[in-house]
Amino acid sequence: MSKYYLNYLDELESEAIFVLREVWAQFQNPVILFSGGKDSIVITHLAKKAFYPAKIPFALMHVDTGHNFPETIQFRDDLIEALGVRLIVGSVQESIDEGRVAEEKGKNATRNALQITTLLDAIESNKVDCAIGGGRRDEEKARAKERFFSHRDDFGQWDPKNQRPELWNLFNGKHFEGEHFRVFPISNWTEMDVWNYILRENIQIPSLYFAHEREVILRNNSWIPNSEFLKLDEREEIVTKKIRFRTLGDITITGGIESDADTLEKIVQEVSAMRQTERGNRADDKRSETAMEDRKKQGYF
Amino acid sequence: MQIDNNQLLRFTTAGSVDDGKSTLIGRLLYDSKSIFEDQLEAVESTSKQKGHVGVDLALFTDGLRDEREQGITIDVAYRYFTTPKRKFIIADTPGHIQYTRNMVTGASTANAAIILVDARHGVIEQTKRHAFIASLLHIPHVIVCINKMDLVDYSEEVYQNITGQFEDFSSKMLIPDIRFIPISALLGDNVVNRSENMDWYQGAPLLHTLETMHISSDINKVDSRFPVQTVLRPQSKEFVDYRGYAGRISSGVFRVGDEIAVLPSGFTSRIKGIDGPAGAVEEAFAPMSVSITLEDDIDISRGDMIVRANNQPEAAQDIEVMLCWLNDKPARPRAKYTIMHTSNEQKAMIREVIYKIDIETLNRKTEDTQMCMNDICKVKIRTTKPLMQDPYRENRYTGSIILIDDNTNETVAAGMIV
Repeated sequence: MSKYYLNYLDELESEAIFVLREVWAQFQNPVILFSGGKDSIVITHLAKKAFYPAKIPFALMHVDTGHNFPETIQFRDDLIEALGVRLIVGSVQESIDEGRVAEEKGKNATRNALQITTLLDAIESNKVDCAIGGGRRDEEKARAKERFFSHRDDFGQWDPKNQRPELWNLFNGKHFEGEHFRVFPISNWTEMDVWNYILRENIQIPSLYFAHEREVILRNNSWIPNSEFLKLDEREEIVTKKIRFRTLGDITITGGIESDADTLEKIVQEVSAMRQTERGNRADDKRSETAMEDRKKQGYF
Repeated sequence: MQIDNNQLLRFTTAGSVDDGKSTLIGRLLYDSKSIFEDQLEAVESTSKQKGHVGVDLALFTDGLRDEREQGITIDVAYRYFTTPKRKFIIADTPGHIQYTRNMVTGASTANAAIILVDARHGVIEQTKRHAFIASLLHIPHVIVCINKMDLVDYSEEVYQNITGQFEDFSSKMLIPDIRFIPISALLGDNVVNRSENMDWYQGAPLLHTLETMHISSDINKVDSRFPVQTVLRPQSKEFVDYRGYAGRISSGVFRVGDEIAVLPSGFTSRIKGIDGPAGAVEEAFAPMSVSITLEDDIDISRGDMIVRANNQPEAAQDIEVMLCWLNDKPARPRAKYTIMHTSNEQKAMIREVIYKIDIETLNRKTEDTQMCMNDICKVKIRTTKPLMQDPYRENRYTGSIILIDDNTNETVAAGMIV
């Protein structure tokens, strides 16, 4: 006797595929924002399914802070080649060199906020009318009110108080010249759902997510990886720890956690027992209570 | 965790500042261990700053800056939690009359609605409004939580009176399944754990109810409808002749070999193959995203609908719709709007407002027919070409529409086909 209901992971998968196909049908030049992190990898995997047996009809757009994990870049290039899709890179370093943005000063300086300009420039110069992101509503309180189809004005800004209502599965992507949309196909997924899905589908992810030995320093209660970009003060000490990363971002601000989880099964087990949110190790969110909301209004991912 | 059969349940909560909605959601998240330590620490420190004793559970649902400053929910916020039995999505909506449109939005995809009643005040106007919206949006299950039982000495009599009042006024509404649960969100009685203060209540606590209620019949599995989103043509050597019609099944079941009709053209064919997310399948059902290939070459594009040949929706250009106005600019009489119905899009005109619902009294008003934000009206709409439509009560996804204002591109109204 067959059953005629889906389990929740299948339902989330079908929802995301529906949203991706809707993007293709409603926009002229959509791209997938690809960071090399697990969420954008899952989006890319879903896009592959949504258009099978055709190729993914979107380019992948990477906003490169210049402060990368080398593993992430390698992973990105391999994936691009395997899928046969186009890669667009927006470079924060170029934005700095061109004087579009100025580097932050001080020990805790990051290029996080600078990405906004680079991202919006890349969207404009490539005439992108829809940027697909891996944002999830469970990540952060400002994201909890985000739509699947989220409108950005011609300055790339988000107006959380004037969002289009979204009912049933009717998505309104209409926009004027110069405006664009951000679309979040995995809005309804949680971190746990993403990991369970990666495990079920056996999706390749960068080695950084698995426990490995690495030189790190302790900063703001997170293990920050040692890299050529890191400025140490006298009291900070480099140690070697077995760690893994829960999220991947700019190498200067992405903290790892101590872990022995070196397989997907172990990671899923570890995540389900976690008592801290994954963004808890992201210095960019700790700046103020409304840090994410403020960045999002300006055009952040 | 075993996920093979765990389903996804979406529910909506409507409530205002005082009836304990945020506390209830906070309690569900907290007691189901869905709150992380860093979130708890943040809320503990804010509670302390504000001078609250203990943890203010309501702070877990705090959202945007304006909402925190004003202490209210303005927009729909989505929350997530998972138990060993199910995954839950909460659409947390404001309850005040001026946010009717947000309640309608949250209700549109919900399997269940939680309506909160303050045990001290009983059924009030707002309760009726929330029940009416649940009925209008045809939410399959309604759970009435009589909250703050601790403030009425856990009195069975108070509970019985309120359930009686609710039964009386809701008997005219179309709500298939109503349940009542006496709770105290603040103290946790009957939310996750069974209350020790109300022996007289024999039913299940709220979470157990949400975990076990039958929801797999909430989607129509009888009338097979497949709106075509886009056509997949790989044009690669391997798949040179492949033409797949991609979409999400709105309702019903499709099998390889089924005799189908393509609307509006009316051409018939048979299903040659179905590709699901995990590969080729023999049958597929709502709400799966699939792509379908047919035996015959037929001209099919976005906006068309594939249905079973012997069970077709009605094609109509004049439709009656219960319309909720969502925009701050009122409806312009006889103006043209873009109508979205499944993947189909065309121009439409509101020909006539038949009546407006007085959202306070739930009476019909036929004199005042201006549609302003949050108004709910029964209207006649004419479309340029026939819509392949089902009544909303029978089919949520082929019975719903939105209207878009071409001057602003905004979604200005949401409608349910009568």
